[in-house]
Amino acid sequence: MHIVVCIKQVPDSAQIRVHPVTNTIMRQGVPAIVNPYDLFSLEEALRLKDIHGGRVTVITMGPPQAEAALRKCISFGADEAILVTDRAFAGADTLATSYALATAIAQIAKDQAVDMVFCGKQTIDGDTAQVGPGIAKRMDMQLLTYVSQVDSLDITSRTVQVQRRAEGGVQVLTTRLPCLVTMLEGTNEMRFATMDNMFRAARYQLKVWDRVAAGIEDVSKIGLKGSPTVVSKVFAPQAKTQRAEIIDSESGEPRDLALTLISKLFTQHPAMSEAVVKQSA
Amino acid sequence: MSAETKAPVKKAGKGKYELSDELKAYQGVWVFVEHERGEVHPVSWELLGEGRKLAAQLGVPLSGVVLGAPGLATRRFCEEAFFHGADNCYLIEDAALGNYRNQPFTKGLTDLVNTYKPEILLLGATTQGRDLAGSVATTLKTGLTADCTELNIDMENRSLAASRPTFGGSLLCTILTLNYRPQMATVRPRVMSMPQRDNSRTGSIVQHPLGLIETDIVTKVLEYIPDNRQDKPQLAFADIIVSGGRGMKNPENFQLIWDLALLLGAEVGASRPVVQAGWVDLERQVGQSGKTVRPKLYIAAGISGAIQHRVGMEGSDVIIAINNDPNAPIFDFATYGIVGNAMTILPALTQAFKQQFAVAKMAS
Ligand SMILES: Cc1cc2nc3c(=O)[nH]c(=O)nc-3n(C[C@H](O)[C@H](O)[C@H](O)COP(=O)(O)OP(=O)(O)OC[C@H]3O[C@@H](n4cnc5c(N)ncnc54)[C@H](O)[C@@H]3O)c2cc1C
Ligand SMILES: Cc1cc2nc3c(=O)[nH]c(=O)nc-3n(C[C@H](O)[C@H](O)[C@H](O)COP(=O)(O)OP(=O)(O)OC[C@H]3O[C@@H](n4cnc5c(N)ncnc54)[C@H](O)[C@@H]3O)c2cc1C
Repeated sequence: MHIVVCIKQVPDSAQIRVHPVTNTIMRQGVPAIVNPYDLFSLEEALRLKDIHGGRVTVITMGPPQAEAALRKCISFGADEAILVTDRAFAGADTLATSYALATAIAQIAKDQAVDMVFCGKQTIDGDTAQVGPGIAKRMDMQLLTYVSQVDSLDITSRTVQVQRRAEGGVQVLTTRLPCLVTMLEGTNEMRFATMDNMFRAARYQLKVWDRVAAGIEDVSKIGLKGSPTVVSKVFAPQAKTQRAEIIDSESGEPRDLALTLISKLFTQHPAMSEAVVKQSA
Repeated sequence: MSAETKAPVKKAGKGKYELSDELKAYQGVWVFVEHERGEVHPVSWELLGEGRKLAAQLGVPLSGVVLGAPGLATRRFCEEAFFHGADNCYLIEDAALGNYRNQPFTKGLTDLVNTYKPEILLLGATTQGRDLAGSVATTLKTGLTADCTELNIDMENRSLAASRPTFGGSLLCTILTLNYRPQMATVRPRVMSMPQRDNSRTGSIVQHPLGLIETDIVTKVLEYIPDNRQDKPQLAFADIIVSGGRGMKNPENFQLIWDLALLLGAEVGASRPVVQAGWVDLERQVGQSGKTVRPKLYIAAGISGAIQHRVGMEGSDVIIAINNDPNAPIFDFATYGIVGNAMTILPALTQAFKQQFAVAKMAS
């Protein structure tokens, strides 16, 4: 089994603070982490390797600093890590990103055929959930998104069975390898890094590929040039100016405030009274 | 075949893009009508409502796209699409489309686009819509904007201006797909309002073959396990939501939220810190990284009204805010506000509603 896991380095949103007055994001000193959704996929890949043997390769496209995210994955037990980095990738939208990653994965496959690719459900920064489906399409792999469980994997018949979250239920699907899977969050728990793997991660010589090493010849398909979408402007959401009607009562007692509010609610919004009474019944 | 072309042609002097004749042939606004188990996802109707406005601005027809197994259901979906604003529907009926699967749906939708050439294609940002949109956009090699909260037409470029949150939600960015067609976008459920249904509307149906047989389809559906709806919170379509924030201080106080919700037959919602503290499930988080809701009534207690919370609930018809800080941002957009301690206001409100219901009962 050879499994490739795509990971992205992102700013830790739990530590992002919004400026209380200007409402802008305060990014200074926000640490970079492995996109949390990717860890569910990495853990699933490692689990499959534990059962079936083989190799797990992690790959990221990003700036040189993204190396830290790859080392983290090695410490969890990934075997190999590849950093695809080139100025030519700057400004990529999801179409250009999936092209670059799919080409790089095809390059990896020249070494050892790739049986499965794992992606996160989405990232916490770009947050589009489009890169996984894009890579699958470009590599002509079967796509299994929002997987809550990999039920079984049979290497001999090259089939896999999974449970996939749909809107109103769960689909049990079977498909053939190679396939691309995106795992749902909360479906497993990332293992602890062992001492050995932590040492290995620190010493590990990761592969750094530029555009050419990644096998990308056509620069018109990557970076800004390869991106159909363009950001035309960034602006603050239009603030609604209507301020709340503050409920007041003579006594100011909670009971009076509550009664005043309800009578306003029901007289000013006649449909409301009906809706509320109906609901409560 | 795709709409991939050379670098955009920029008109001298102005910031206007001139489309090639090939791309000019793309006309009309399409909405993918998503269904599962014989039911259309309401986000499709919300998108038809939004698509109607875009089509009017462009002066083009609005179409629904239905892919499904042959039978009465698909016809009914087309009819429903007309009721919700579609002028016509593109329909592919094939046994292979009985359950959603990526491969046949991608093939079907891609073929329709390449044959009938819409300029805009909208899908719901659901597990099905996102799975499909990403695959179709990649096959067509066109742009796809995710989770839009506003859709407009940039008339100068005759192009879709799709806005979505950025920088953690404090800002919006507008994304254009200038020199590729169709322009694709997804929108989360409940972000757009439900259009008025008009049962007198009719339309025409254009049928198209799938051109794929079951043996060509690699992935098989073995089983479908429907959710037990009872044990899943249904915030997105709740009529009334009572939400609590960090101002509730602890899980014991948060019980006051449940008390009021129980009386009103409402769902319980929460801000992110409450979910992160583990007082309630993630399913109940309202906001940018949680659910978007549009209830008739949203009661928020101990919630400051940060932009990331606001974007998830400002579509509510009436918002009641309870907060002890008169300067809390939530009072800037709520309908009614009570400045005070939620721990005393909430029980008083529960009591007052009880009284009201008793009176209503006696009257009827
Ligand atoms: C605010 C903002 C809005 C944007 N909106 C859009 C938009 O609407 N449409 C659009 O096409 N682009 C958009 N982009 C650009 C997009 O974020 C980038 O193309 C980005 O490289 C990949 O998209 P994502 O972060 O959304 O990834 P997702 O598609 O959410 O990622 C899914 C999975 O793909 C894998 N993956 C993603 N990126 C990488 C990577 N660099 N290396 C390795 N694996 C990866 C990971 O496994 C990840 O979990 C936006 C960017 C920003 C900052
Ligand atoms: C990328 C990103 C995504 C996010 N996504 C979401 C999201 O989806 N949903 C979300 O909610 N947040 C989200 N947030 C967090 C958001 O920025 C706010 O931090 C959060 O909404 C604040 O929650 P709160 O109002 O409960 O808490 P606070 O902001 O701490 O407000 C507590 C309020 O309670 C009031 N209060 C205190 N005591 C009392 C009392 N006794 N009686 C009445 N009122 C009292 C205070 O005056 C205050 O206004 C996100 C942030 C980021 C960066």
